[in-house]
Amino acid sequence: MSERSISVDRPRSLRRFFFQWEWLLVLIFIAVNLINSSLSRYYLNLRSLVGSTNSFLDMAFLVLPMTFVIILGNIDISVASTVALSAVVMAVSFNAGLPMPLAAILCLVVGTACGLLNGLIMIKFKELSAVIVTLATMIIYRGIAYVILEDQASGHFPKWYSFLAWGSIGPVPLILIVFAACAIAFGLLLHKTSFGRKVFAMGNNLTAARYSGIRTDSVIVAVSALTGLMAGFTSLFLSSRMGSTRPNVALGYELSVIAMVVLGGVSTAGGSGRIGGPILAVFIIGYLNYGLGLVNTTANVLLIIIGSLLILSVLVLNVRFGGHRRPAPPGARVIAPGKAPDEKA
Amino acid sequence: MKKSFVKAVMILAVMTIAATSLVAQSYAIVFKNTGNPYGEKQMAGFKAGIEEQKFEAILRAPDQPTAEAQIAIIQQLIAQRVASICIVGNDFDALTPVLGQAASAGIKVFSLDSSVNPSARLTHVNQADSVKIGQTLVQAAYDMIGGKGQIAILSATSQASNQNLWISYMKQELTLPKYKNVKLVKVAYGDDLRDKSVSETEGLLKAYPNLKCIIAPTTVGVAAAGKVLTDKGLKGKVFLTGLGLPSEMATYIENGVCPYMFLWNPIDVGYLGAYVATALVKGTISGAVGDKFSAGRLGNYTITKAPDGGTEVLLGPPFKFDAKNIADWKTVY
Amino acid sequence: MSAEAKAPARARANRSGEGFRELGLLVFIAILCIAFQLRNHSFLTLANIKDLLDNTAILGILAVGMMLVLITGGIDLSIGATIALAGMTSALTGMAIPRINPLLSILEGMAVGLVIGSVIGILVARFKVLPIIASLGLMNIVRGVTYIESKGAWVSAYQMSDDFKSLSTGTTLGVNNLVLIALVIFALFWYFVNHTKTGRRIYAIGSNPDAADVSGIPRRKLLWLVYATMGVLAGLAGVLWVSKFASAQGDTALGYELNVIAACVLGGVSISGGSGKVSGLVLGTILLGMLNNALPLIDVSPFWQQFIQGIVILAAVLTNVAVKRNNQRLALRKRAI
Repeated sequence: MSERSISVDRPRSLRRFFFQWEWLLVLIFIAVNLINSSLSRYYLNLRSLVGSTNSFLDMAFLVLPMTFVIILGNIDISVASTVALSAVVMAVSFNAGLPMPLAAILCLVVGTACGLLNGLIMIKFKELSAVIVTLATMIIYRGIAYVILEDQASGHFPKWYSFLAWGSIGPVPLILIVFAACAIAFGLLLHKTSFGRKVFAMGNNLTAARYSGIRTDSVIVAVSALTGLMAGFTSLFLSSRMGSTRPNVALGYELSVIAMVVLGGVSTAGGSGRIGGPILAVFIIGYLNYGLGLVNTTANVLLIIIGSLLILSVLVLNVRFGGHRRPAPPGARVIAPGKAPDEKA
Repeated sequence: MKKSFVKAVMILAVMTIAATSLVAQSYAIVFKNTGNPYGEKQMAGFKAGIEEQKFEAILRAPDQPTAEAQIAIIQQLIAQRVASICIVGNDFDALTPVLGQAASAGIKVFSLDSSVNPSARLTHVNQADSVKIGQTLVQAAYDMIGGKGQIAILSATSQASNQNLWISYMKQELTLPKYKNVKLVKVAYGDDLRDKSVSETEGLLKAYPNLKCIIAPTTVGVAAAGKVLTDKGLKGKVFLTGLGLPSEMATYIENGVCPYMFLWNPIDVGYLGAYVATALVKGTISGAVGDKFSAGRLGNYTITKAPDGGTEVLLGPPFKFDAKNIADWKTVY
Repeated sequence: MSAEAKAPARARANRSGEGFRELGLLVFIAILCIAFQLRNHSFLTLANIKDLLDNTAILGILAVGMMLVLITGGIDLSIGATIALAGMTSALTGMAIPRINPLLSILEGMAVGLVIGSVIGILVARFKVLPIIASLGLMNIVRGVTYIESKGAWVSAYQMSDDFKSLSTGTTLGVNNLVLIALVIFALFWYFVNHTKTGRRIYAIGSNPDAADVSGIPRRKLLWLVYATMGVLAGLAGVLWVSKFASAQGDTALGYELNVIAACVLGGVSISGGSGKVSGLVLGTILLGMLNNALPLIDVSPFWQQFIQGIVILAAVLTNVAVKRNNQRLALRKRAI
């Protein structure tokens, strides 16, 4: 019997459970590790495996809020510039006499402020898409960093500061512990709180969400501020890793972050996705780079491999079962009778 | 009888250890980015030098010229337990912590071409004396414009350490009384991007109509400026010099827009680096001033004091490319 | 007033509202021109405007293709890499066959672009891969291929034939070749999107994909066409780029896609699809070109350049919004209630 289905719950079955994006990512993750360990004898060393995470985890802090942003149906390409600006402000203020812990807090404050500004512009000028707003702020924020530091580097951080990026508690790097904590926090926020539900609702249908009483403006501002805050985290760990900072740090981060979120199964159409996917994607790409680097793969070949991985993994999922939704037209979505919501209509 | 047997065993053991360590030893060089012909030649020279000494060479370069990417590569090299890392730094300071990690792991670290902080390196292989590069370029501009006029500098990115070093020495040279009629009006940054370098050159020409000479100590910038001056027919009115690849500058030297320019042989730079690497690992040198070592076909070298507080090895003086010799060199690199 | 009489009046009001959509941007550009001219009197000279148009022509060609992609609700991040590969390939061929007709080089570049664009088109249309993933993946692959094909070397000016180099620097009928090509392409596309069935259908796909499907529009074929066209234009731009700068590098146009997207979005092309006009595109391209041209000209510290660029872009966009809101308010007042 054909009937319109507007249910959001997927019919439960074991087949459905395993044919989810995240499981494919787990498979890819295992495959990457198998390939890497067969390529190089230096790979399966627990200490260096766990220790190598600090080379890609600083970017991972941005992946968490970017998931929220993309589920909302927006995008934020100014994150790398926020990282640069907050790092520069922190370094300059530290060298001007501010105690390091305060400078670090200032870094987070500046990051949050940048994100907040993004959000405020977006809600006050709703005609502007997120792309154009964050494009402008991307140029402005890094521009401010250049005005402040010009062609200099700033650093000379206290010795304990390098513990952030290079230190470990036992065999586990500190950055991994902090990231795990943030990941759990963001996961809970997205999937277990009403805030998360609001984000999904807005991504699905902004107008309907607004009319059902959700304060869409507050959500957008909150997500933007959260993005800025995590950019501050990234700049803390990045500047600790480099021991210094310049206006040109974190160049190109935004594209990598977006790639990781999208590889993690979050559709840029908005309204769907789970936090687990992007986290897995972070580790997949990170370990792939590391493992292939251990056998000194040239950058040229690495580019081709990463690009192919991106496309193939999405291809496999789409060929199997529908995959991403098309971009939703403005207004309500019509769901064809008899089909579940996430299948190709 | 027993003594000679023990001796034989010991000799055999030492030989085996030496043999395995000889075979197992790999020497790495990390350049700034991939797809750069100057870098390719440098790495090729390094490889030739290392393989001449029967070791394994590892050539790495990131796809983007960032410090973050080089940090990741260095971490991979540490995991592979290479004997030495030769770094062409994308950033003077940002690689200090990770290179410190390498040093703690027993890896000999030194820089080449684009230096890193002296606290992070044992020594630095410099193509030519940085002070001399600045002096030579300013002198060339002075000669081209006849002793008086406005000049400008077109650089790469504002963050490039070797660029900033050379520019600072150029400015220092210009304070000499000899150059009192030569005025440096602007330092523009072309970011090593063709289109931006072209825009900046055009901007310089329009903002300073009396400009007489452009000094571009970067391969992309000098070629871009050469193209602009050629297209606008400014040969003889605005002169060009700098550091450029002979292949890129051949057209502009032959048509006279750039009377002469300078560079050095990147293959030799890499080759010299290879011998510095093995000398450091063998213990022949420790990176201190006065250390001497032999560099294959290039002869003997002594480590000297570097202007940034560390030490360096100089390849030699910069080489001048002009209309007479450009045809020979344009196919080499 | 009867309903039938109301309709034409409303339609007239709507049309004039649309005509004013780009007015804000136009006014902003005019103000900017005056500001730059005051700062440096050589800005509004014929020589400088010629330089400006020259340097913006390639951006314009790419913006047209990107506009089509954006209208369908997609995005193409691979054009920088396509430019590099197309340019490198045609330069290498030119090195191997020195007497090759430069027009053949252009065709070769366009063919390379066509292949890349088609691949993206097939991935998006047939396999339902998100455009951002498809183009991101291909961007990496194509860039890697470019580096490998060139073996890390560049093709320099002396290795290119004069005919090839004069593709971009030569003039036809007194107008620079690059500008002429850009104008022709703009004209063609203006006609295409406004006066052909296919062009209007492309708007339909972006505006409401489901409705488009139901009304029998061949969505998949048109999607493929859009990406293939973008690829061809990027390939053309690649050959022109290499000819203009007389040098083919592996890292040519790294990150250039952002400039192109900026030009489109500044010109009022909606990122979620369904709307965009060629006239707005021209203004957006010119604004960006003006910034690149004028910033080195005015006497500011180079470290302030990026900040000024960002502020100008933000101001341009906000001005546009302000003008639009004002017009809507006025248009609303005119309506008979």
